[in-house]
Amino acid sequence: MIRLDSVSKVYKTSTRPALEGVSVDVDKGEFVFLIGPSGSGKSTFLRLLLREEAPSKGRVMVSNFDVAKMPRRKVPRLRQTIGCVFQDFRLLANKTVAENVAFALEVIGKPKHTITKVVPEVLELVGLEGKADRMPNELSGGEQQRVAIARAFVNRPLVLLADEPTGNLDPDTSQDIMLLLERINRTGTTVLMATHDHSIVDSMRRRVVELHLGKVIRDDKRGVYGVGR
Amino acid sequence: MRASFVFSEVITGLRRNVTMTIAMILTTAISLGMLGGGLLFVRTIDKMKVSYLDDVEVTVYLTEDISANDQNCTGEPCASIRQSLENNQAVESVVYEDRAEAYERFKRIFEGQPELVELARPEALPASLHVKLFDPARSEVLLQEYTGQPGVANVDDQNKFLDRFFNLLNAGRNGTFIVALIAALAAVLLIANTIQVSAYTRRTEVGIMRLVGATRWYTQLPFLLEAVVAGVLGAIIGLGGLVALKYVVLDRILAATGGAIPKIELIDVLFPVAPILLGVSIIISAVTGYVTLRLYVRH
Ligand SMILES: Nc1ncnc2c1ncn2[C@@H]1O[C@H](COP(=O)(O)OP(=O)(O)OP(=O)(O)O)[C@@H](O)[C@H]1O
Ligand SMILES: [Mg+2]
Repeated sequence: MIRLDSVSKVYKTSTRPALEGVSVDVDKGEFVFLIGPSGSGKSTFLRLLLREEAPSKGRVMVSNFDVAKMPRRKVPRLRQTIGCVFQDFRLLANKTVAENVAFALEVIGKPKHTITKVVPEVLELVGLEGKADRMPNELSGGEQQRVAIARAFVNRPLVLLADEPTGNLDPDTSQDIMLLLERINRTGTTVLMATHDHSIVDSMRRRVVELHLGKVIRDDKRGVYGVGR
Repeated sequence: MRASFVFSEVITGLRRNVTMTIAMILTTAISLGMLGGGLLFVRTIDKMKVSYLDDVEVTVYLTEDISANDQNCTGEPCASIRQSLENNQAVESVVYEDRAEAYERFKRIFEGQPELVELARPEALPASLHVKLFDPARSEVLLQEYTGQPGVANVDDQNKFLDRFFNLLNAGRNGTFIVALIAALAAVLLIANTIQVSAYTRRTEVGIMRLVGATRWYTQLPFLLEAVVAGVLGAIIGLGGLVALKYVVLDRILAATGGAIPKIELIDVLFPVAPILLGVSIIISAVTGYVTLRLYVRH
């Protein structure tokens, strides 16, 4: 599903590569934690998959897309197969919960009848069925992140990328979010999550890819956060 | 492409920054109104050229001697002047007008002012040859050839006078176009700026759109249409201004010239000026919008 082949990324404005010789292979339906200290290249890794950035060297494959080589006009199609969640939720403050989720479908031209059907379904999946008409500022952080996950998932992406989705949440709420991501993973969606959160990684016992200064220093099938250190 | 989505985005976009939108629309209106005014100038000048130049003549006034003694232009030098004019390639027709006929015409022209007619005597009016040219614009040659010839008192070229008149109108037309151009430049800058501001205020939305895989059409068409809608509104207001100007000001001024400058009809404003202004507004706003998005707004 996702394959990075000797990928390096050097940002124009920095001398040290953000990623260096990274090769990672993720199968369909896997759940992978991407860990490492600040500045180790986790966000860069995710941005390469989205073609927010192009690699300086190497090959990036997502599903059937040769991400680095594809022409710009095809990038929207790549992004339609990927859902994204961030630490800061990125909801539109002037739209209701349902409108925020519907927005993701409207802007890729989905017909109205599809939208009115699938939005309530996905809101139920994330446990927000009663809150469709609330505004984002009337929700707790955890609820806002659920809206963001609903928006990322509503188009049934093959891959869900989450960049520190629990970074702004307390441990209990984080647990709830993780349960939700697991549920989404069980539908066959490949989930890739960058995180600093030891307890989450330790309790989930999923595959862990650890980055340090842009290099993969560990790739454990059922890992924990801090072995050997 | 869901039209309702794009449409509602355009409306919110225009309402988000009302003062800027109004400035953009008004500047466009002024620019296009001036452009339309210039086009009406052109139209009026054309109309006048057609109606005047057809009647433009060169008049060769004959000396007192001929006027008094050669009633039918049969003696010399009148007959040979007439002959040579008739043989001239550029001349369409020559009509001789003797003193009596000149007096009749004078009386006709000044019918309304009997005291003037009262004063005039036939003996004060010269006989003349009225020369019509195939191409009135080429009267200069004739003027040079016959001025000062024996028997010729002076040569009067109506075209000369009209030229001065048309030069005035042309200058008015050019001035209007120049102001239109300057206003257009201001309008273009305002449109470009409005789009940038608009794109900046909507950066969160656009960011999400990019992320969920919206195409460039979806992310940028609303901005483009915002500019085009403002441009079209500007064109409509500009046209309204022109129509108002016609009824409130121009009709009266032109009526005061006693028909020397033809009236501007409503139809002149509606066609071809209206479609031209609409077309220009759409093209300018769309091109400005497109270039601005290409240069300043990342997709
Ligand atoms: N747009 C950019 N331009 C230049 N350098 C960048 C850019 N984005 C990231 N970097 C650099 O690349 C390196 C990796 O950054 P990245 O954001 O991928 O780290 P991260 O692992 O996500 O860190 P964090 O845990 O703090 O989010 C850092 O040294 C960072 O300074
Ligand atoms: Mg990061």
